[in-house]
Amino acid sequence: MIALAFFISIIRMATPLVFASLGGMFSERSGVINIALEGIMLFGAFTAAFVSLSMGKELGFVAGGLGGMSLALIYGLIVIHGRANQIVAGTAINLLAMGLIPLFLKSLYDSTGGTPSLSMDQRFSNLPILFMIIALAGAWFVMKKTSFGLNVSVAGENPEALDAAGISVILVRYQSLAVCGLLAGFGGASLSLFLASGYTRNMVAGRGFMALAALIFGKWKPVPTFLACILFGAFEAVQIRLQGAEGIPPEFLQILPYLATVLVLAGFVGKAVAPKVIGIPWKR
Amino acid sequence: MKDALLKTLAGLIFGFLGAALISWIVGESPLFVMKVMFESAFGSVYNFGLSLFYATPLIFTGLSVAIAFHAGLFNIGAEGQLALGALAATCFALWFPSLSPWLGIPLALLFGAIIGGFWGWIAGWLKEKRGSHEVITTIMLNFIAAAIVSWLVTKVYQSPIVQSPETAEISEHYFIQERDPLYQIFDGAPISIALLFAIGLAIGVWVLLFKTKLGFEIRALGKSESTAEVSGISSSKVRQIAMFLAGACASFVSFAEIIGSAGKYRLGFSPEYGFMGIAVALLARNNPIGILFSAFLFGALHKGAADLDIETEFVTRDLSLVIQSLILIAVAIAIEWKKGRRA
Repeated sequence: MIALAFFISIIRMATPLVFASLGGMFSERSGVINIALEGIMLFGAFTAAFVSLSMGKELGFVAGGLGGMSLALIYGLIVIHGRANQIVAGTAINLLAMGLIPLFLKSLYDSTGGTPSLSMDQRFSNLPILFMIIALAGAWFVMKKTSFGLNVSVAGENPEALDAAGISVILVRYQSLAVCGLLAGFGGASLSLFLASGYTRNMVAGRGFMALAALIFGKWKPVPTFLACILFGAFEAVQIRLQGAEGIPPEFLQILPYLATVLVLAGFVGKAVAPKVIGIPWKR
Repeated sequence: MKDALLKTLAGLIFGFLGAALISWIVGESPLFVMKVMFESAFGSVYNFGLSLFYATPLIFTGLSVAIAFHAGLFNIGAEGQLALGALAATCFALWFPSLSPWLGIPLALLFGAIIGGFWGWIAGWLKEKRGSHEVITTIMLNFIAAAIVSWLVTKVYQSPIVQSPETAEISEHYFIQERDPLYQIFDGAPISIALLFAIGLAIGVWVLLFKTKLGFEIRALGKSESTAEVSGISSSKVRQIAMFLAGACASFVSFAEIIGSAGKYRLGFSPEYGFMGIAVALLARNNPIGILFSAFLFGALHKGAADLDIETEFVTRDLSLVIQSLILIAVAIAIEWKKGRRA
């Protein structure tokens, strides 16, 4: 029984990570590095909580995805049409989310710390886990079995070939970023509507970057990436479980997921091969 | 040069226009917001001194980001490097309270630089040995550093006489505010000779990057790893040195904060100086001398935004983050603009 509870807690903690890293997969497989995942999740978490408070959790969850998508498309505009350095632009998007959200919170709720707490029926008990599994199956299916999935990988490996086949590299990358934003936004929504009850300041706490690490560890493939997220989820679950245990300072437990990320990245990434033209803006 | 200045200017205009738009959206007069910010940053000798006070750490973190950038690395870890480095300098001062200032302060800064440098070096080393992307590693190291510092401050060095999480005060041999010539000028703003040190450091980093063999190697590596290797440069060594130097630069925030103004380590003293350093460095195109100016600009921006919380109804200090991000975006696009046209 305890083992089952612990297993569920791992899956719970992994849920936002899985959404975000699947989103990151679409972006990066199409050739766009996405450091902005952190800010996209944050924005998704905020829009989800905001809408859930007034219109219910279902619409809230959808709004999280749409909020993430809109920020991801702004990011797309900057790096695809603007051709800005993707790491600089991603950092800027993260800063933008960190700055904009408190401004909105202030005018909406007269507080910069977060939204009011959600009531029990404004948040989910376990449903986002199911959504996450559907997203995983969907992402796997799209990447493996559909022409869109093929286009995404070709955009990241050999964009000239895609262009020669008469398909717009730029369009495929925008589409990939839209999917990325939607999924990462769902990741944010599962933080504010599922793991927590409401939006709190900077609640993503590095999960966007952990999702990127999971993506690299999973070699940009859906199922291995999912397993990497489960691993990170396990460290978070252990961390939470051990809080309050005698003799271990809570600060040392808090660093477990971060330390695990560094170690996993250091231990296994040596052989990971990134999409070939990742980070390079498309020019015909 | 003229081109670069124009692009910077375009970035600034875009940033402030965007901020005006957002202020208007949340229901505040943009002109009033700009007026509050300007007066808060420059309205009095004291306010101007505070702007310079905030600019000083930004020079250090801007240089930190710039050195790494010249080597082709993206250092998002200045926040962690400065936290550990500054705490290390504080600890040194607490361990050896009676050293003469002329010996103690340089040694405390040096010890901080070694610890901060070590924290930066980890990311360079992991990139070199294991191929770990430095962006993810440095972010994770920020969280780890924050937890270590929080534990050390609250559990090991916590001042027994106050409730807030901070260390005991460093001795008068280290805490030089009363004797600080710059402190006398600005009406009590916590500015210190750390500013002069920062200016000197910027000049030093410029000399290092553009006039020494190591600087040449760092820049060559940043331009192209393969070309650098062909011309006999050990990319492994240079990368690790660059990240060490980046961490060391960030650690000198201790001079402005601990030795120059607070006299102790206060947990959470940094309003994300490390992240702001990214915008500072990019706006200056990673030129150490340019960083002096962009750090001043962002220092004034930070100080200016600080009064928004009280002076306006709907706009908060977070507006400075929005302005920073918009400037970053505009400059990053402007840098690529012409290249795109030519191709």
